[in-house]
Amino acid sequence: MNAQIAAILAIDGIASGAIYVLIAIGFVLIFAVTRIIFVPFGDIAAFTALTLAGLENKQLPGTVGMVAVLAVMAALIEIFSLWRKGALDKIPRALFFYLVLPLIPAAIIWLTAGTMLPTPLRLLLTVAVILPIAPLLNRIVYQPIADATVLLLLVVSVALHFAMSGLGLLFFGPEGVRTQSLVDFTTFIAGTPVSGQAMLILGSAIFFSFLLYLFFNFTLYGKALHATAINRTGARLMGIRPQQACTIAFLLSSVLAAVSGILIAPVNTIFYDSGFLIGLKSFVGAIIGGMVSFPVTAIGALFVGILEGFAAFLSSPFKDVIVFSILIPVLLWRSYTLVHVEEEDEE
Amino acid sequence: MRKLSFGVSALAGLLLAGTAHAQEITVGFVTSLSGPASSIGLNYEKGMNAAYAYKDEVSGVKIKLIKLDDGSDPSQATKNARKLVEQDKVDVMIGTSSAPGTNAMMTIANELKVPFFAVSPVNVPIPADGHPWGVSMVQTPQLMVKVIADRMKRDGIKSVGFIGFSDSWGDLVYNGAKAAEANGGPKVLTNERYARTDTSVTAQALKVVAAAPEGFLNGGSATQAALPLLELRKLGFKGPFFGTPSLLNRDFVRIGAKAAEGTQVSAGPVVVTSQLPDDHFAKKIGTAFHESFKKVNGGEADDGFSGYAFDGWVVFLEAAKVALTKAKPGTQEFRQALMDAIYANKDVAGVHAIYNFTPKSYFGVDERSLVVVKLADGKWVYQP
Repeated sequence: MNAQIAAILAIDGIASGAIYVLIAIGFVLIFAVTRIIFVPFGDIAAFTALTLAGLENKQLPGTVGMVAVLAVMAALIEIFSLWRKGALDKIPRALFFYLVLPLIPAAIIWLTAGTMLPTPLRLLLTVAVILPIAPLLNRIVYQPIADATVLLLLVVSVALHFAMSGLGLLFFGPEGVRTQSLVDFTTFIAGTPVSGQAMLILGSAIFFSFLLYLFFNFTLYGKALHATAINRTGARLMGIRPQQACTIAFLLSSVLAAVSGILIAPVNTIFYDSGFLIGLKSFVGAIIGGMVSFPVTAIGALFVGILEGFAAFLSSPFKDVIVFSILIPVLLWRSYTLVHVEEEDEE
Repeated sequence: MRKLSFGVSALAGLLLAGTAHAQEITVGFVTSLSGPASSIGLNYEKGMNAAYAYKDEVSGVKIKLIKLDDGSDPSQATKNARKLVEQDKVDVMIGTSSAPGTNAMMTIANELKVPFFAVSPVNVPIPADGHPWGVSMVQTPQLMVKVIADRMKRDGIKSVGFIGFSDSWGDLVYNGAKAAEANGGPKVLTNERYARTDTSVTAQALKVVAAAPEGFLNGGSATQAALPLLELRKLGFKGPFFGTPSLLNRDFVRIGAKAAEGTQVSAGPVVVTSQLPDDHFAKKIGTAFHESFKKVNGGEADDGFSGYAFDGWVVFLEAAKVALTKAKPGTQEFRQALMDAIYANKDVAGVHAIYNFTPKSYFGVDERSLVVVKLADGKWVYQP
């Protein structure tokens, strides 16, 4: 390995790492606020790529059907629970939020199917149609068991992942997709080729991390989320509605997943089940951050990406073995150094 | 009510069993019409439709075709096979889209002694007592690699780089290339692997470029096989690309686009029937297959899979001609006669290969079953 090869590997690693950063931050965000390890999160990124490819090929993406089904289910569950509580006057509002709002982007895509939209509009529609999936899943699956233990939530998440990848196969089919490049240029930095896409990926990761930083520190909603993350009961006493905080956390994370899906789609062929491995590697990054710290998570995710690149060069058949083996020393180190918050304290 | 429905279904079963004994040959066909293997399974289904439309009788005896879906599930394939033999009393079975499902059906065929035409590779032990009760129509992976390795040798390529899937398919291609190397084929310089869901193969491609081979052998399959090619071209690799029939895929061509241009792969002659010279064994039967396929299914047979189902049918027809002179359909003697005839018939020409089966192996094809095709302007072109 010479310096040139090392530089190319490092750039490739940073580009994959930046994708992992976006997803890992999403993991931490959801976990901090809801205590859910949202396993299907990687799937959402993959679905974004598949949706974008569908729009590019002038087909009706499967996401439309998926969102419609989820929206109807969530609306029915919400109406049923409102009816049992006797709060019938709240039903129109519930219908608007759980049925009408998620269906607006889906309806636009459905109506414009078959026509080639300009790229910015296509990207916007893709993000808009992906956004409701995680919050709707939250309403259908997690809200009824919001006070359960972390372990139960994790088990449900794993089950949900399998359901989602099954649905992915049903709605998107078994073939992989790859979208057109968003930017098509290559510059040379110190003699090493750097593709525009890699720069775009890194730039987006930095931009969205910064945006999140601003959100958490300078907006009321951000501070409410932060409060919920630190102490749910305390936040509740201060008048913060945990359900609303959950929905916002899911929405924000979906933005991150959607962005990473859009960024990765031109670089690699994405299948309905590609999301899991991407999610798992990001999760390693999130573990390095102890599922609490955003900056450490970002560094950890970048580290995973770079490690993956070099591991693939040294011994490609054992690449994933090397990456996941890192988990063991990291977990040992974290469990010795982190202060534990006992699960029982919450009850 | 339950008793009644049980009675009715039992009666139906009896009736079915009764009809199977009449003067007609019953063929049971299993494929995956649902589940993950259905993208291939549908091609087999279309191939079978074309085959049945091509010929539905032998020496004046009508053939009855029973089709079942195994849902890409080996255990369902097993159940289907048992149902076909024990309830429908089929004389012959054909199936199925996935290798595990096919192995499961082969085991049943050996156990119940029913001739079976496998349209996927088979890997089960040959029964110790006597001969196997089935044959596989496909080319072996070793053969697929050998044919393309021979072509590299002919073209003067002395060394190749290799990137393949980190699964059994990658191993098969790599081992095939290594075997060819031992026989004077091109030297294999790298053994790099990636998974279908990987996000990048830059590192592997760098390693290939660093080894500076003259050509590159692709051990991936379908859509994701395009990934190393795109990466290698991006890194400035100029050598020619080679591959196996697993690259004959519309999405591989779409995604590989300019990078995949000029890729040469070994392929069953069926994918380029119209380009074959007139004296090629697959020209006549292949043309008949394509016409029949177009008539029944609409659209072109541009996949390799439907041809396997058709070839199973062709070999079955040839064997049935002989067997009908020896025994009556619906009897075990007929099944035995069919199996004997499959082994006795020599040089049966199908759309993929010239078949010569022996009791020693499930496979019965030779190097004539593969031609080399090259991707030019998004189309596969026959390379004599």
